[in-house]
Amino acid sequence: MKKTIFALAATTAMLVAGSAFAQDKTKACFIYVGPIGDFGWSYQHHQGALEMQEALGGEEKVEIAYLESVPEGADAERAIERFARSGCGIIFTTSFGYMDATNKVAAKFPDVKFEHATGFKREHANVSTYNSKFHEGRYVQGVIAAKMSTAGVAGYIASFPIPEVVMGINAFVLGAQSVNPEFKVKVVWANTWFDPGKEADAAKVLIDQGVDIITQHTDSTAPMQVAAERGIKAFGQASDMIKFGPETQLTSIIDDWGHYYTERVKAVMDGTWEQVDVWEGMAEEHVVMAPYTNMPDDVKAAAEEIEAKIKSGEFNPFTGPIMKQDGTEWLKDGEVAEDGVLLGLNFYVAGVDDQLPQ
Amino acid sequence: MGMAEAILLTIATAATPLLLAAIGELVVERSGVLNLGVEGMMLMGAVTAFGVALMTGNAWLGVVAGALAGLLFSLFFGVLALTLVTNQVATGLALTLLGIGLSGMIGVAFVGQPGVKLEAIFIPGLTELPLVGRLFFGQDPMFYISILLTAGVMWFLFRTRAGLTLRSVGDSHSSAHALGIKVIAIRYMAVMFGGACAGLAGAQLSLVYTTQWIENMTAGRGWIALALVVFASWRPWRVLAGAYLFGAITIAQLHIQATNLADLASLPGPLFWFAGLVKSVPSQFLSALPYLATVIVLVLISRNRRLTMMNTPASLGRPFVPDR
Repeated sequence: MKKTIFALAATTAMLVAGSAFAQDKTKACFIYVGPIGDFGWSYQHHQGALEMQEALGGEEKVEIAYLESVPEGADAERAIERFARSGCGIIFTTSFGYMDATNKVAAKFPDVKFEHATGFKREHANVSTYNSKFHEGRYVQGVIAAKMSTAGVAGYIASFPIPEVVMGINAFVLGAQSVNPEFKVKVVWANTWFDPGKEADAAKVLIDQGVDIITQHTDSTAPMQVAAERGIKAFGQASDMIKFGPETQLTSIIDDWGHYYTERVKAVMDGTWEQVDVWEGMAEEHVVMAPYTNMPDDVKAAAEEIEAKIKSGEFNPFTGPIMKQDGTEWLKDGEVAEDGVLLGLNFYVAGVDDQLPQ
Repeated sequence: MGMAEAILLTIATAATPLLLAAIGELVVERSGVLNLGVEGMMLMGAVTAFGVALMTGNAWLGVVAGALAGLLFSLFFGVLALTLVTNQVATGLALTLLGIGLSGMIGVAFVGQPGVKLEAIFIPGLTELPLVGRLFFGQDPMFYISILLTAGVMWFLFRTRAGLTLRSVGDSHSSAHALGIKVIAIRYMAVMFGGACAGLAGAQLSLVYTTQWIENMTAGRGWIALALVVFASWRPWRVLAGAYLFGAITIAQLHIQATNLADLASLPGPLFWFAGLVKSVPSQFLSALPYLATVIVLVLISRNRRLTMMNTPASLGRPFVPDR
């Protein structure tokens, strides 16, 4: 049922998006997995697109076309192909599930540039991949959580057990335990990216069970509001959610895609575009922390210090010694996790009080 | 606030939008019309309620506006499916699609705005009672509205002449027509009532459940409400039971996930062993539990064919054209 609706919605959206194409402009196209009004993941990608357009000379230089709520799978392929035919110079596909569709369409349109977010397949010379090191921000949040919590327990609302989410939980726990080795995290899997009601329920349940800090890896602002109502602290996700918890939000991990989009579309305009595989974090300002609020100065100072260390490259959140949850050694003292291992992460580090769904 | 009380309150909030939408759809289906547009009507109710509450600062105006929006939106369906006799299934689906898109468009300006909350009722003396205080005397108004509506629908359908007429239209529109009953007019009223209820359910989502507007924030609750009506075999009190069962399982599975086994070490042996067993179930399965429970009950109910036939409105989904 849902599939049909999405397919229909996607087709309708396509008709709307297929606007006129003028030769002197560069057309940059975006495929989003959710509505741009989700105030989270897709919203931030769209903000990045708008920032890019602004930076490169506005509507006269760059034309933007986008499709919202495109389901991952066969429909995505049609949507991407439609864009490729409509004169897009560069197409950004902004969800993991578009990986195969992007590569398939790229084979047919060698002159169009393709950029796939969060994936790892670059089967053709005209496909790049890009991602951000969100876990760097999660580590900082862990440090703050351990300093702010009096209960010594934080609640973590997780979406799906994929490497990126597991990486985030691990980084959060490592950050928290660097301050308080006894710190605990209660993980609840919502098994959805987006269901405000369910996310709110999860937050209520966690608070009822005694956590006094909420963090989330789902996309809506609902958990922040519940935390605000119950008078505890929380971290935002994907965008700055301070409006939903002026006295609640400690900080938020903001996905800033603007620089990257500007750089890549400019490369297309200049004819200097080349295939890349980008995984950048705080240092390149792909991951930005929202202002540290609602915390004492010493906690703020500690957060700023660790943020600066990660930014300068002095410290990597996944630096040994780190034990796996089952008690075996993962990283030796001083050893830093390889990117390849992190991108396929499927186990918890020691100290996570949850069973990872397989 | 004790843990048990907290759990029950969370369940009530989760069950209320389902109950509101389902009780409205029950009346619609009892009149012989199948409106699959519940999700779309809920979204229209949610966005209108949120917008009006935000602009006027008054959550109650939001509630009224939400119900009105659902009602007006359901008229689209009425005109198409009842007057122009289009296919009800297709028209209902179209209503949902239109509702998703239209509410998203209307709501663009509301995204990222904190809304106005419909505050819970507080009665000095009663609300402070242990355990039952908050549960019976301290909830948000939408909770009371949903319970009163259920009782009202029960009384209307089975204790009034008008209710009997409505049911007769649902069971055999030709016979009702032959008796001089205005079939189309009654169905219009039922559809509008269903729309208003769905609008209220949407208002509950954007004013109580989560005080915000996000595109597609119903996340499938309209479909669950539709399933609940069948689950309840078109009986109001069973809709109530179904909505709370669904809410209870949803919340229980979250609690199971959040509970660490180590915290339960003080439990007696067999209970601890059982908790361990439940904890070893993957969370994906736990997430699917409410839906699974619905399917199982549906199967159990439909095993008794005669009883199912007796309860199902016989003219459900069949178009009515008076002159043929």
